[in-house]
Amino acid sequence: MAVTPPAGTAPLNVEALRKDFPLLTRTVHGRPIVYLDSASSALQPRSVIDAMTAYYETTHANVHRGVYATAEAATALYERARVVAGRFIGAPSPAHEIVFTKNTTESLNLVAHSWGRANLRAGDAILLTEMEHHANIVPWMILSEEIGGLDIRYIPIDGDGRLALDDLDALVDGVKLVGISAMSNVLGTIPPVARVAEAAHRAGAIVVVDGAQLVPHAPVDVTALGADFLAFSAHKTMGPTGIGVLWGRAALLDAMGPFLGGGGMILDVKLDSFRPAPPPARFEAGTPPIAEAVGLTAAIQYLSDIGIDRIRAHELALTNHALARLDEKLGADCRVFGPPAGPDRGGVMSLAYRDVHAHDLAQVLDQFGVCVRPGHHCAKPLMRKLGVQATARASLSLFSDEHDIEVLIEGLLEAGRLFG
Amino acid sequence: MADLEELYREIILDHYRSPRNRGELDSPPAHRVEGFNPLCGDEVVISMLVEDGKVADLKIAGSGCSISQSSASLMSAAVKGKPVGEVRQLISTFKGMMSIHEAALEHDHDGDGSDEPVEIDLDKLGELAALQGVVKFPVRIKCATLSWNALAQGLDEVAAEVS
Ligand SMILES: Cc1ncc(COP(=O)(O)O)c(C=O)c1O
Repeated sequence: MAVTPPAGTAPLNVEALRKDFPLLTRTVHGRPIVYLDSASSALQPRSVIDAMTAYYETTHANVHRGVYATAEAATALYERARVVAGRFIGAPSPAHEIVFTKNTTESLNLVAHSWGRANLRAGDAILLTEMEHHANIVPWMILSEEIGGLDIRYIPIDGDGRLALDDLDALVDGVKLVGISAMSNVLGTIPPVARVAEAAHRAGAIVVVDGAQLVPHAPVDVTALGADFLAFSAHKTMGPTGIGVLWGRAALLDAMGPFLGGGGMILDVKLDSFRPAPPPARFEAGTPPIAEAVGLTAAIQYLSDIGIDRIRAHELALTNHALARLDEKLGADCRVFGPPAGPDRGGVMSLAYRDVHAHDLAQVLDQFGVCVRPGHHCAKPLMRKLGVQATARASLSLFSDEHDIEVLIEGLLEAGRLFG
Repeated sequence: MADLEELYREIILDHYRSPRNRGELDSPPAHRVEGFNPLCGDEVVISMLVEDGKVADLKIAGSGCSISQSSASLMSAAVKGKPVGEVRQLISTFKGMMSIHEAALEHDHDGDGSDEPVEIDLDKLGELAALQGVVKFPVRIKCATLSWNALAQGLDEVAAEVS
């Protein structure tokens, strides 16, 4: 899906926005922090931190239990977060279809557990992509082991790091489920999810979308994407850690068994049996992340007030600028994986610089205050395909600017000098 | 960049650029053991020939960051030809040096700084002492100890085979 922002989108006032993030005021090794690791976890604006503090100071109580005023208020805030999160991704029926989990990983595990167990049998085929995060591979492998073997197939990637879709109809033929990341956390690739979903549906498969990277950075509409399930994490969306979102089509959720068992997910329990509650409660056993839901509401509010399309436009322009600057200053010494600058690319840049190992690059960059992530980014099948052990990944945010890119380049040059 | 220079000392960079005892021995007769850091994907493969109670020969293969690879190279130079008992002692001295940081944190639970830090005889380590800068970078300690843990495991496996 090419996410091209509407023409004439007003540019962001990055300098003013940076003031919203308390963490950006700190220094690291005597230098201002240059945070280029939002793909791993985003920073929080003051409004998110304040909302959570205010919640704890004025409202906290367990939800769906007490009848006293604060318990009612806490329950209302928690349920409001569901609606806010659902509207953010265009869910047709947010109050019913949004399940809160711990993170994207748990959301995807929930689908594999509850939908997978009820709908997949030994020998069934599912289709993933070569650029999936482990979170959208391993749960399916665990299920496969449990039920006696799934036929797990993969959509390959081409030399530019895009999905190779020439044989899409053959690939989806006979599969029951397609799992696809809406944006690669390694390559930045934004694949045409809607096109894949259409082919999947024609073949009778359901479509599970890993939205961990796309939802925080571009407008997402589950209906336009053709998703049946979509997962994302609050902490990558400028919200707190500890809460994730699973959206599922109501008809699918209704037909699924529970995930974890315990309080909150039942209608009735007898000594020898239980009856599960309807969704979304069916999938939310135990006391949920209430303050985190309040934080998520504030985060989505923050992004929506700025405008997610403007954020996308800013990050797209800065990605194009960064790719050009890296090429200009470092040339062939610096390899950036993934598609060339363009509308099907998000602000994630996995770098290899000369022969310097990613770990060493990241260590040198740290001395410049630059936060990047070294490693395999939980996508080992993809790293093998790329033929690298590790990359140093720089990822952009709405508060990233051209100066950040210059400091990154300064640090890379120093690493080259040290290890040259 | 004082910290960086402490981490990436000249000896370390030298062993990274020109690793010693690089390659693999035929196995068998050599014993082969792999070390793997799932966090960053660093890999080390040690093949070693233990004869007459000595590490008669050993070679290092694998790939990874400067710290994991130089540590493996330095280790190979330090243990080749040494009696197994001495090698084991060196392993524990080296790991002791690497855990000074953690040990110091653990020992000073009351936070008054009064607890004695663990004594490690750096003289015994020779060139290996160059790696002590790593303890200031806790995340990298795993890189430095990767090959040492593999070596210890290999020695254990060889001992188990013999007995
Ligand atoms: C594409 C993708 N999927 C899933 C995840 C897992 O997210 P979380 O760790 O929040 O569960 C991540 C983040 O690392 C990701 O980038």
